Amino acid sequence: MLEADNLTCQRGERILFTGLSFTLAPGELLQIGGPNGSGKTSLLKLLCGLSPPLEGAIRWQGAAARGEDFRRNLLYLGHQNAVKEELTALENLHIASDFAGEPLTDTQALAALAHMGLAGREHLPAKVLSQGQKRRVTLARLLVSRAPLWILDEPLTALDVLAVELIQSRLAQHVAQQGMVVLTTHQALQVPGVTPRRIELC
Amino acid sequence: MGKLLLTVIRRDLLLAYRRRADVLTTLFFFVIVVSLFPLGVGPEMKTLRLIAPGVVWVAALLASMLSLQRLFAADYQDGTLEQMLLAPQPLAVIVLGKIIAHWMVSGLPLALMAPLLGLQFDLPPEALLVLFAALLLGTPVLSLIGAIGAALTLGVRGGGVLLSLLVLPLYIPALIFGAGAVEAYIAGVSPEGHLSLLAALLIFSGLATPWVTALALRIAME
Repeated sequence: MLEADNLTCQRGERILFTGLSFTLAPGELLQIGGPNGSGKTSLLKLLCGLSPPLEGAIRWQGAAARGEDFRRNLLYLGHQNAVKEELTALENLHIASDFAGEPLTDTQALAALAHMGLAGREHLPAKVLSQGQKRRVTLARLLVSRAPLWILDEPLTALDVLAVELIQSRLAQHVAQQGMVVLTTHQALQVPGVTPRRIELC
Repeated sequence: MGKLLLTVIRRDLLLAYRRRADVLTTLFFFVIVVSLFPLGVGPEMKTLRLIAPGVVWVAALLASMLSLQRLFAADYQDGTLEQMLLAPQPLAVIVLGKIIAHWMVSGLPLALMAPLLGLQFDLPPEALLVLFAALLLGTPVLSLIGAIGAALTLGVRGGGVLLSLLVLPLYIPALIFGAGAVEAYIAGVSPEGHLSLLAALLIFSGLATPWVTALALRIAME
């Protein structure tokens, strides 16, 4: 269970939001909405511990959400792709999984990339892939990650209709397996069998 | 933990291999700066022998400044650094891996090249060996200490100049003992003392700086 208690976030001189509280139980999906600059990305960064809140606390399973134990349960995909241009799609997926402490075999990695529609492009350097294809390389992590808590910043940008559907069905599967998802998106989210909870920042 | 260290080193070496031009720039900068001095000072063997250790070491410091900016900048820009910070493993180990890889592509080639360049200064063969040993011990210190500066100036506009101002003063001990070792040998004294102090500096910075750099990275990413 992820608990956010009375969060206040400040960026520069501006208070982005204050007194924000929510809890997220296993099997729930939380969609964070709001106009550009309302603090969606900042909230996600607070939740995964990249930056500390000005006030308030974030708890994971009752304890402060920090340290290696928390990070083992977390998969965060930011709005940057974290894809190395010089490395191939396969190398990128391998290295990202190694860092997350969940090393993959070649077979697993190739299967994940093929499932993401990148079959035949596994050995191309990422710099020759399109924006959407790079996003798919990043999102291939969703297929192989065993972390229960997913924090996703704009996961659907640059994706075509088919890929959006694929990601939404993967989200549904994760939620059905008692996973937790926090995400931001400007698109209408249709995750089969899940009613997303919403928080609007303003 | 050792496995993570190897993963990071392998990854950064692979990246450096795919971006060979960057590595060669640093090396050629070093070669050219060192070679300018004999041309500028003139063929006065005695003077050349006298200035050789200092010139080689100062050129090595400047060359290391060139490559330091790239240590974390690329990972910062494409979001990989965020993933490293969120990895369920100690960040200091990842940082140490990056520093080792950085030294292998920026410091080690300088040390290997230095004896050849030293010939231009009419250094005797044994002095070249001392120069090589001193650089082999000293260049990792430069990468280790420089990493703190690279982390602190991450995402700062004009970070390159700031990095030099921050890091070059911290290089002074390595410069003194590194150049001192060769000077001592030429003067007929054993360079052992200087080399031991360099080794001590290497051990100390190897133990301390990865943790400090990891902390600096967390602050820079807030």
